Amino acid sequence: MLMTLPEMWDFLSLYLQYSFVQRAMIVTVLVALCSALLGVTLVLRRFSFIGDGLSHVAFGAMAVAAVLNLASELPLVLAVTVICAVLLLRTGQNAKIMGDAAMAMVSVGALAIGYLLMNIFSSSTNLAGDVCTTLFGSTSILTLTEWEVWLCVGLAVAVTLLFVLFYHQIFAVTFDENFAAATGVRTGMVNLLLAVVTAVVIVLAMNLVGSLLISALVIFPAVSAMRVYRSFRAVTLCAAVLSVVCAFLGLILSILFGTPVGSTIVAVDLAAFGLFSLAGRIRRA
Amino acid sequence: MAQLVCEELTLGYDRPILTGLSFEVNAGDYLFILGENGAGKSTLMKTVLGLIPPLAGKITRGEGLSAGKIGYLPQQTRAQRDFPASVREVVQSGCLGRRRGLRAFYSAGEKARAAQAMERMGITPLADRCYRELSGGQQQRVLLARALCAADSMLLCDEPVTGLDPAATEELYHVMDELNRRDGMTVVMISHDPAAALRYASHILYLGEPVYYGTREGFLATGAGQIYSGRGNRPC
Repeated sequence: MLMTLPEMWDFLSLYLQYSFVQRAMIVTVLVALCSALLGVTLVLRRFSFIGDGLSHVAFGAMAVAAVLNLASELPLVLAVTVICAVLLLRTGQNAKIMGDAAMAMVSVGALAIGYLLMNIFSSSTNLAGDVCTTLFGSTSILTLTEWEVWLCVGLAVAVTLLFVLFYHQIFAVTFDENFAAATGVRTGMVNLLLAVVTAVVIVLAMNLVGSLLISALVIFPAVSAMRVYRSFRAVTLCAAVLSVVCAFLGLILSILFGTPVGSTIVAVDLAAFGLFSLAGRIRRA
Repeated sequence: MAQLVCEELTLGYDRPILTGLSFEVNAGDYLFILGENGAGKSTLMKTVLGLIPPLAGKITRGEGLSAGKIGYLPQQTRAQRDFPASVREVVQSGCLGRRRGLRAFYSAGEKARAAQAMERMGITPLADRCYRELSGGQQQRVLLARALCAADSMLLCDEPVTGLDPAATEELYHVMDELNRRDGMTVVMISHDPAAALRYASHILYLGEPVYYGTREGFLATGAGQIYSGRGNRPC
């Protein structure tokens, strides 16, 4: 289906009048902002895969919630994910067990148990479709209720505020945890805060892109920004703006061409990464 | 005046690496900690800094040497080598340990302290450069400036010349010596470099068999001191 530009515009403005599209827009922008802010420190601390691991945990928790027939699955999913995040991130730089192995074990373990539970207990007639939706997001972003949008707005504002307040502490702990601890920064508290916030953002982002693609939202903006900028502040700001722009663009494209929201956003992130790599190379040359 | 007193320390993570270690550091000392790989040098430093608890024994910090008053020059990690941060950001982060309460921005006092530390290390012109693009010697000066932001009276350095070329090594020793003599900063340095220890140290802590703690002159009289100074017969 090919459209001319004016046709596209008409099509879009028609869609933008629907409240479910507006809600999706708001949530998309907020989730993209939060995940990019966190992404910078997660990538630099070599925790790129935490998003993957935690989202699989959230997937497992969702399956349990479904089996238990809970009215609202979010509280349980949030609680379980936060606990796992604290356990995984607590050790920081001084980990005794290899962080990546622990992460992989938790990640695939939760995925397997979740799918197993859904298979055994689910009463749904379209199990494959349900699983696919949870893993890839697909349409769930368009079916958000008003309550969920408000919750998302509240959490996103809280995350952003915490990030701004603790910005310097987060920098210090990311750059050199031992120095920060030795000179009196409360690194334990900062690590705990990062773990909790990471879990919250992951659970929020699951609605948007699904379990399997969350890592993209966390990693791509940060890595793209690092190609071009050389100070922590510039990288953080650039990642936040880039992430919001890419997510917004991805959502518009997915409406225009009827593609899945999550994978379209990730594709735009990927394209932006290509552009930023090129820009970085030109700048250095 | 004793700034740091360690009595009968037992060090290690789970199993003890070192037992019965006692020494003290006085204001204005220049203490070198020597020893083979695995002798427990870095573990000792982490224990003194309070990053890991001692398995036994007591560490007493003197007046005004609470957390936030010891400057620390750690070994560089691999992650730092490609970390996007400006020199100013790294140096200013040294002020955080003294801060009480939460603020999103650095105060004028903190900025002034960081500027002063950069001036002292001669890196003011590099303030807006990217840390990862500097030479090894310049990076150490940045980390030293950061340590100065945290420290008033004592600097702990963990093998600071590792990976530096001879000129940068010489320069770093010179800077440390100047901080010690001119500014009266107490320096505790872990080192693999016996020549530097014999040249700069006022005191030496040798973690070997037997453990030695005392003045540099006293160390020269011990067996290990003879070997380190090249006067004794090196075991082959």
